[in-house]
Amino acid sequence: MSTPDLVRTPYERPPRDYVVFAAAAIVVLFVAVALLADWMAPFGFASIDLRARNVPPVGFGGTTRHFLGTDELGRDILSRMMISVRVSLVICVLASLISATIGILLGLLAAMGRRWVDSVIRVAIDFHASVPFLTFALAVLAFFGNNLTLFVCLLGTYGWERYARLVRALALVEYSKGYVAALRRAGASRSRIAFGHVLRNVMAVILVNWTISLPELMLLESGLSFLGVGIQPPLASLGNMVGLGRDYIVTSWWIATIPGVAIFILTLSISTIGDWLRDRTDPSLQ
Amino acid sequence: MARTVAVAIIRMLVTVFLAVAFVFIILRVSGDPIRALLPLDAPEDLIEATRVEWGLDQPLHVQFAAYVGHLMHGDFGRSLNDSRSALAIVLEKVPATLLLMGTGLVVSLLLGTTLGVLAASHRGTLIDRLIMTNAVLVHSVPSFLLGIVLILLFAVGLGLLPSGGGPSLAHLILPASVIGLSHAGVVARFVRSSTLEVLAQPYIKVASLKPLPRWYMIAAHVLPGTALPLLTLIGFSLGAMIGGAAIVESIFAWPGVGRFLVSAVARRDVAVVQTIVILVAIMMAFANLLTDFLYLLFDPRLREERRSA
Repeated sequence: MSTPDLVRTPYERPPRDYVVFAAAAIVVLFVAVALLADWMAPFGFASIDLRARNVPPVGFGGTTRHFLGTDELGRDILSRMMISVRVSLVICVLASLISATIGILLGLLAAMGRRWVDSVIRVAIDFHASVPFLTFALAVLAFFGNNLTLFVCLLGTYGWERYARLVRALALVEYSKGYVAALRRAGASRSRIAFGHVLRNVMAVILVNWTISLPELMLLESGLSFLGVGIQPPLASLGNMVGLGRDYIVTSWWIATIPGVAIFILTLSISTIGDWLRDRTDPSLQ
Repeated sequence: MARTVAVAIIRMLVTVFLAVAFVFIILRVSGDPIRALLPLDAPEDLIEATRVEWGLDQPLHVQFAAYVGHLMHGDFGRSLNDSRSALAIVLEKVPATLLLMGTGLVVSLLLGTTLGVLAASHRGTLIDRLIMTNAVLVHSVPSFLLGIVLILLFAVGLGLLPSGGGPSLAHLILPASVIGLSHAGVVARFVRSSTLEVLAQPYIKVASLKPLPRWYMIAAHVLPGTALPLLTLIGFSLGAMIGGAAIVESIFAWPGVGRFLVSAVARRDVAVVQTIVILVAIMMAFANLLTDFLYLLFDPRLREERRSA
């Protein structure tokens, strides 16, 4: 059984240019917020104001003092979200780099190694695809307990098999081309051929896969944090803001809903860009 | 054909074996398995007795064989919570989860197929664009946000449905809608592209010459052609659904395996967690096997190819 296309995507057709432009602007905005959160945030992300608890956002009875309202301890939601965006982005980018590295190395190894290496790696890919990642992640967190390093490494094991499959398939094609034979004849070492030439030629596809797996990672991170087994308080992430705000949805709906909408907008924007990039680089679509 | 079946069965067994080995290794690496499997206040002599009984004074490969032997006899350890057999407690929660996932799957297939065919048969029009835009949107909505919004709308706002609990029909509607909606987008996109593919086939040209209503032509001739690729998709989304059940069941306090897994992780109830992981692996392996078999059953070309090869 094989996937019809190696890079899965929600889009049927390439998104329109102005949509991509808007998506890029949103991603730039989020990254700027993540970088400049300390200067931009109107309040400290953990500063409590018990006289201003559960203040609704502007437009729902709130004032511009707390633009997106406050939570059950009177913490400013906008300020908390700015720090949360930073935490979520840093964690997911780190995790995605780990998974890309694992996948690329194994993919190259499978393409250039002996047959048994290839078989072992393919069994590993099969196995990884057969246990749902969320179940796997919950099990590891149960056995080892939770800390930030483990959490990032755990997320780093998500999606490596897709890089491995992609790199393996593409590298096999590259290895059969003339220039690799020429390099070998010229005495280039195996690692020089693999990293200096083959990898560089498949980099575009790797980059596209990266932009497509990043939003999936953000959904996973926020999902685990929402369940209370990911990012732990006092650290805030968008997911754990939703999870902690869930207890107050009847009285103060904005505490959980606003960070949730932020996750939605961010993941949607990144995957829109990913799809646009994919249609630019994938020769099979042209 | 016999070869294909054999390969599929071997693949299934290897997957289950690897899952058991994975849990075994992680149990050894993460600490003393006996202390993890027994209640915290277990007396020392019981710990020693269990250690000998589980053969933990033996070399690793003997330990692994003993571990597998215990699992084969349905002994997955005891839950921290009420010291009953972990397997029995987990199995109690399986029907609720199956009910929820089954309903969610049916909702996503009905909704996704209808919208996908509608989009394909109105290709390029506003209907098509609306449906596909929404398919993209639901793909990026975190299921917990969708769940919270539905609770706000139907439980808090309108007071029509309960916000959580169960299992009953009224409690089933909201969580099943979340699962159904979040997967309907992918199904719609998939059905749309395979419908377009089928519509371009010569036999559809012939069928469209018959004096039949268009909806009948689509139901009788186009839809069967899209069924097979859809099977692959279901196989893939099953994993996402099982994983996602943890989140959906937690939001709606649905008394199933997913929510139980989350609470077991919070308690670090290792016996329950290992039971669920191994059961999920077995179930996924079975589902993959079933997909392979259904393919052979529905696609005669596969059987022919194997025979001639």
